[in-house]
Amino acid sequence: MENTGISKELSSLSNVKTKRKKEQKSNVKYLENKPLAEWKVNAGRFFVFLIIILFWEAGARAQIIDPFFWSLPSEILATWMQIILDGTAWRDTFFTFQSTVYGFVIGTVAGAMLGLSFWWSRYYAKVAEPFIIMFESMPKLALAPIIVLIFGLGMSSKIAMAVAITIVITTLTTYNGLKRVDSDLIRMIYSLGATRLQVFTKVVVPWTMPSIISALRINIGLALTGAIVGEYIGSTHGIGRMIFYAGQTYEIDLIWAGIFNLSLLSMFLYAVVSQIEKFLLAGMLHQK
Amino acid sequence: MADFKLELKGVTKVFESGSNTKTTAISNINMKIPDHRFVSIIGPSGCGKSTLFNIISGLMETSMGEIKVDGNKVNGMAGTVGYMLQKDLLLPWRKILDNVILGMELKGVSKKEASDIAVPLLEKYGLGGFEHSYPSQLSGGMRQRAALLRTILYDRDIILLDEPFGALDAQTRSVMQEWLLDLWDDFQKTILFITHDIDEAIYLSDEVYIMSARPGGIKEHLCIDIPRPRKPTIVTSQKFIEYKELALSLLSEETKKASQIEKKVI
Ligand SMILES: Nc1ncnc2c1ncn2[C@@H]1O[C@H](COP(=O)(O)OP(=O)(O)OP(=O)(O)O)[C@@H](O)[C@H]1O
Ligand SMILES: [Mg+2]
Repeated sequence: MENTGISKELSSLSNVKTKRKKEQKSNVKYLENKPLAEWKVNAGRFFVFLIIILFWEAGARAQIIDPFFWSLPSEILATWMQIILDGTAWRDTFFTFQSTVYGFVIGTVAGAMLGLSFWWSRYYAKVAEPFIIMFESMPKLALAPIIVLIFGLGMSSKIAMAVAITIVITTLTTYNGLKRVDSDLIRMIYSLGATRLQVFTKVVVPWTMPSIISALRINIGLALTGAIVGEYIGSTHGIGRMIFYAGQTYEIDLIWAGIFNLSLLSMFLYAVVSQIEKFLLAGMLHQK
Repeated sequence: MADFKLELKGVTKVFESGSNTKTTAISNINMKIPDHRFVSIIGPSGCGKSTLFNIISGLMETSMGEIKVDGNKVNGMAGTVGYMLQKDLLLPWRKILDNVILGMELKGVSKKEASDIAVPLLEKYGLGGFEHSYPSQLSGGMRQRAALLRTILYDRDIILLDEPFGALDAQTRSVMQEWLLDLWDDFQKTILFITHDIDEAIYLSDEVYIMSARPGGIKEHLCIDIPRPRKPTIVTSQKFIEYKELALSLLSEETKKASQIEKKVI
């Protein structure tokens, strides 16, 4: 009989169900995306940092890792305090800071302007495109020796390195944003009698702004890298020069203290640029 | 003074997609539209309605033919008519007020002066209190209204509206229709209105142009002889239903043709 057949299947269905061993748990907490408690996150980070330092210190003291190369966190800190207190670190830090910021600003602004300029002529953009991509795919750090030769041992060669490393990536990011401008918005504003310059300032530039802003955080790191490599090649001042010279004279503590100093500078720059980015994006938040 | 506000003579558009494939989107369109008219255009999808508007508004070149406003040839001159495209196209980074006054801003009107004109209108047309909101914070109907106000404030005698209410639900749509008629009354414009909705076309218009399937041409020109102001209930009147039957039968012929063309393409 049909009836019994169906009820048989149904009962086997309910068997399938009961095979699940665990009770189903609520997953709501994964969906709600509640903000994590900040102190917990920070405590966790500090804890991880502490563990690393402790293992480093203990490992080096126990000769598990070679203290000649790895030094000891306690000694690195002492060396760092010393160069901070006697003032030598300040001058070098400021030198690197300045070349990075100048290079970052010049590279970003010039790159954005170059990228935006492609909107004005499709012909010019098409002709320029392969050159831009060629320059982008070239490892710019390889240019360092020639840039130092051209611009000398002072700050200008470090700025030039930072510019070289940031300008093309900004150009490309901007150009990519430019290509995605909604052509209907452009038609709309032309229909309101806009001139070409007005189309550019009222639609194209605001539309591309978020792309340019998204390049900022990447650029500050790149600019710092460029400046440091420039200092390695040849420089009168800078953290890079300090690290490089310490390496040549086997002052391992000083190398590590320099790297530590550099990390602090890098974190500081990154934090500042993040704040700038947040501030700039606040005006753009209403993008779809 | 010219006899007609807007005149189209033999307007034709051929798209050259690829090296030797040519699509005739619209062919030999003639229209004569007097001042202060409300004119609707209906036709099967893809028959070239938007193309026609792009040409009238000067955003696209004609392959042949002439467009005259007040007797002057305006081919390829963007900005001579107000044009609201198929989407609302508000600039997402500008507040509603700044979006609505965009046309005036481009003409060089000071922001203060433009706001003085725009704010009372925003109030009057149901956007009061939203001047400083961003488009993403508004409902679809409100965005559409803001886009329409922007077009009105650009202050041209002729206004082209490409399916402005296409994306709205029926309720909002009928509210918007009344709203549009108010606007039309207040500002004494000549309106060209594209729609897919026959009821909407007849209810709103003095004249309805029915377009044929691709290549789009004018198949029929109906004058809607129903006195204004019209009540929403007239859609059940004898006269309205007669117009609707006529329009429906003409349109369904064309829609059939359009689907046959599509089949051939496939
Ligand atoms: N830029 C273009 N290049 C090539 N062909 C185009 C272009 N724009 C439109 N067409 C073609 O012209 C025809 C008419 O398009 P149009 O957008 O004017 O139709 P429509 O009547 O507005 O349709 P809908 O009711 O769907 O909005 C279509 O077949 C379309 O493929
Ligand atoms: Mg269309």
